[in-house]
Amino acid sequence: MDYSQFFAMKQEIALLIAFLVVFLCDTFASPKAAKSVPVVGCLWMAAIVAFGFVTIPGYEESAFDGMYATSKVMYAIKNTLNIGAFIVLVQAMKWADSDFVSIRRGEFYELIMLTLFGMYLMISARHFLLFIIGLETASLPLCALVAFDKRRYESHEAAIKYVLTAVFSSAILLMGLSLVYGLTGTLYYAGIASAVGSNVGVMLAVGLAFVMAGFGYKISLVPFHLWTADVYQGAPTPVTSYLSVISKGSAAFAFLVVLTQVFATVYSSMWEWMLYALIVLTITVGNLFAMRQVNMKRFLAFSSISQAGYIMLAVMGDNPMGYSALMFYVLVYVFSNLAAFGVIGAIENATGKIEMTDYNGLYKTNPRLAVTMMLAMFSLAGIPPFAGFFSKFFVFTSALNGTDSTALYVLVLIALINTIISLYYYLLVVKAMFINDSDAPIATFRSACSERLGMWICVAGIILLGIFSPIYNYLLTIA
Amino acid sequence: MFSNILIYFVVIPLAMLLGLALCRDIKQIRTVAVTGSVALTALSVWLLVEYLCLRHGGADAPMLFTGSWEWFTPLNIHLAVGVDGISIAMLILTGIILITGSFASWEIPQPKEFFLWLILLSTGVYGFFISVDLFTMFMFYEVALIPMYLLIGVWGSGNKNYSAMKLTLMLMGGSAFLMLGLIGIYYHSTPAGVPHTWNILEIAHYDAIPHGWQSFLFPMTFVGFGVLGAMFPFHTWSPDGHASAPTAVSMLHAGVLMKLGGYGCFRVAIYLMPQAAHELAWIFIILTGISVVYGAFSACVQNDLKYINAYSSVSHCGLVLFALLMLNTTAMTGAIMQMLSHGLMTALFFALIGMIYGRTHTRDIREMGGMMQILPYLSVCYVIAGMASLGLPGLSGFVAEMTIFVGSFEHTDLFHRIFVIVACSSIVTTAVYILRVVGKLLYGPVYDQHHLSLTDAKWWERLATATLIVCVAGIGCFPNFFEHLINFTFSPKIFAVLGLN
Repeated sequence: MDYSQFFAMKQEIALLIAFLVVFLCDTFASPKAAKSVPVVGCLWMAAIVAFGFVTIPGYEESAFDGMYATSKVMYAIKNTLNIGAFIVLVQAMKWADSDFVSIRRGEFYELIMLTLFGMYLMISARHFLLFIIGLETASLPLCALVAFDKRRYESHEAAIKYVLTAVFSSAILLMGLSLVYGLTGTLYYAGIASAVGSNVGVMLAVGLAFVMAGFGYKISLVPFHLWTADVYQGAPTPVTSYLSVISKGSAAFAFLVVLTQVFATVYSSMWEWMLYALIVLTITVGNLFAMRQVNMKRFLAFSSISQAGYIMLAVMGDNPMGYSALMFYVLVYVFSNLAAFGVIGAIENATGKIEMTDYNGLYKTNPRLAVTMMLAMFSLAGIPPFAGFFSKFFVFTSALNGTDSTALYVLVLIALINTIISLYYYLLVVKAMFINDSDAPIATFRSACSERLGMWICVAGIILLGIFSPIYNYLLTIA
Repeated sequence: MFSNILIYFVVIPLAMLLGLALCRDIKQIRTVAVTGSVALTALSVWLLVEYLCLRHGGADAPMLFTGSWEWFTPLNIHLAVGVDGISIAMLILTGIILITGSFASWEIPQPKEFFLWLILLSTGVYGFFISVDLFTMFMFYEVALIPMYLLIGVWGSGNKNYSAMKLTLMLMGGSAFLMLGLIGIYYHSTPAGVPHTWNILEIAHYDAIPHGWQSFLFPMTFVGFGVLGAMFPFHTWSPDGHASAPTAVSMLHAGVLMKLGGYGCFRVAIYLMPQAAHELAWIFIILTGISVVYGAFSACVQNDLKYINAYSSVSHCGLVLFALLMLNTTAMTGAIMQMLSHGLMTALFFALIGMIYGRTHTRDIREMGGMMQILPYLSVCYVIAGMASLGLPGLSGFVAEMTIFVGSFEHTDLFHRIFVIVACSSIVTTAVYILRVVGKLLYGPVYDQHHLSLTDAKWWERLATATLIVCVAGIGCFPNFFEHLINFTFSPKIFAVLGLN
């Protein structure tokens, strides 16, 4: 065996090293020194982020007979996830110091890195076996993370729901893959693609439907979304933010790779219409349910469901612009959603309040938090000049690229009208903070350094990502 | 980039935002707001002089002062700027209303946040008027819309939460259609083999949008902008929004923001898709015709001063779109004149209503009377604004409406004739609601004895209203100058394509 091919997996190896370092620190550090484990974790994650940018390869590399591949695109999406994971880790530092979490704080950092490793494999896999390994590596630690808050009943409930869904969705995915394997006799992406050709049969359709359902659970597309709100609400806030951003982003990208590389030849005959229906349902149902939520985490859960619909819209165009639009959307979504969760987490840590009515009059007592939240809401709603506007615009543009199909124009129109519905509920949060009065507003408090650092990074991203065009231009040139 | 004068229309507001963020007390805030808006107005007047000099020197490009800087290169998105007579007129209008708006909100609570949002709004407006790239144009358009929500929600009065949400959602809903239309235009902007472009001038130059697509994209863009132009049946945000908004916001919104709608309808929908405009004009002539008449009649039965003026705005802005759809030089010139005239006049109205409301704490005309004895200065201004609105010669309204109706009457077919006559009837209705207010509010016995202790306009209020009155009279007395400024835009291409004129 040629061991030099491991060098293709630079990012994975770096992440494993970071994981081991944090693990060893956590295991052997004295109780007093263990306090610094979060700092060590964050610093290593920062190093991973930097490493990801330094080692971008000039060409596509593959390893293990083509089971694993990496390229500039893969690096770009992994770097995006790294940045997101870094922000999550930084924002979680205060929470990790709280009474019930502090004895296990190392575990949080280790598990996060481990799931991230699994996601790396999902993204880079070019063989379904490696893909499934990555998927399970990503899912199982997440179950433990959801149950992290042991003393809270909701956390248990959420964990059980998440475990069952994860197992169920994996089973469905595997069922689909076994059908595809039976038809084609191979699990290599490229092999399946060439064996399928333009050969459209019932078995393939069923297999593809199962695969889409499996992914649908991971990305929480409607009608596979029912676990989302409960899990998001029950899980500890840092875990929720990780679930909603990193987990979703990586699964969406892996889905894009599978659809465009494995099933590219049956785009127009099969999955274009399946995905069409999924997107319309996801965006609309997510939005309509989000309007009625009063718990901020549940609210963001439904908002993230509808955002997933927009992410998938980039896949619809089936062209290279879609790749870049999806990556850019995920990147912007990372910053916007984490800004929102940063504020929610800071307020929860300081006061324990999590309902939308608690946010009434927030601007008067905590203007900076309120402004951060407002920027996050505007960016999620797609209001210029914030990054969300640009990412939505590019998604729409890519969906209509090179097509005169009326159906796609209708789809984009539905999505656009849904942005107005989403604007309504995002404005409700803004209204609560800026316009509503409250008898008992959240008292003025000073959030921890780590929380502020996380929010500053997010705000900088929200403001600069869109206006500063080289980022999107770069993504478009590599796609 | 910074050698182009137009870029400063965005740079100055941004600098003002920065300055406002650093301000510590209300005096500094006022200084920044007034200095900045005066600088913007001065810049636009200077631009006007330069523009006229260039035109007299023989420059015959459709737009002058053009500049284009790459932004998102692979998608061909540029920060492209350029102006013609219409844009310059709009820039000057914006400047004047911004100055007077600043004076009208001299004593607003929470001034820092208020002016931050207001200046952000005007950044969007200025950016919109100087852009010739569809993407940047749309971006600035949305930047101008969203501050309205907080401006009305925080500083508004009455049923402000409902109005703010309704206004924001309806306008953003319009922009949803607009965005689809713009992306559609982009993908059909050039003949095969040429990279797509967002640049309005290039799209007009290629004139390559297929006929079938035009008839889909024209309604999209026209409705998108038409919502902001208060086109029936998408006008319902306007009365509620204007009635709840604070004075300066009503002024800026009715005076300038609604003009974005008319300007966009002309610059994007009609200019880029003339064939579809020609074919589908009848649908929108019916809708805008309804706006004109329905707005005027609704104004007759309202008792709230702001509602009266908001419905009057629906009527007058409907006339702008109505005239644009006539697709001939005279009527379109009239439409632009009407934009200017209505912008100034309605800003004057809203400023006066704000000043009266600030004193009496009511806007219900049934609870006021005899104001001429108590507030002579404000009352006289109100009469002048009213006369401009109902089209008294010598003031701006007459010139604009006269040009519009003369232009519209150039169409000889029955359909146009009927609708022009119906629209003309709104002049009479306008006189009814204006005189009704003037009679009830200004003349007659004093309704409430407490009102006798009220004081007349302060110096900043006098300054604001006097400026607007001078401008209204200026257009009324020297219409030739403005027609000359606007006219150049309407001579070339677009009419040749239509075979009109």
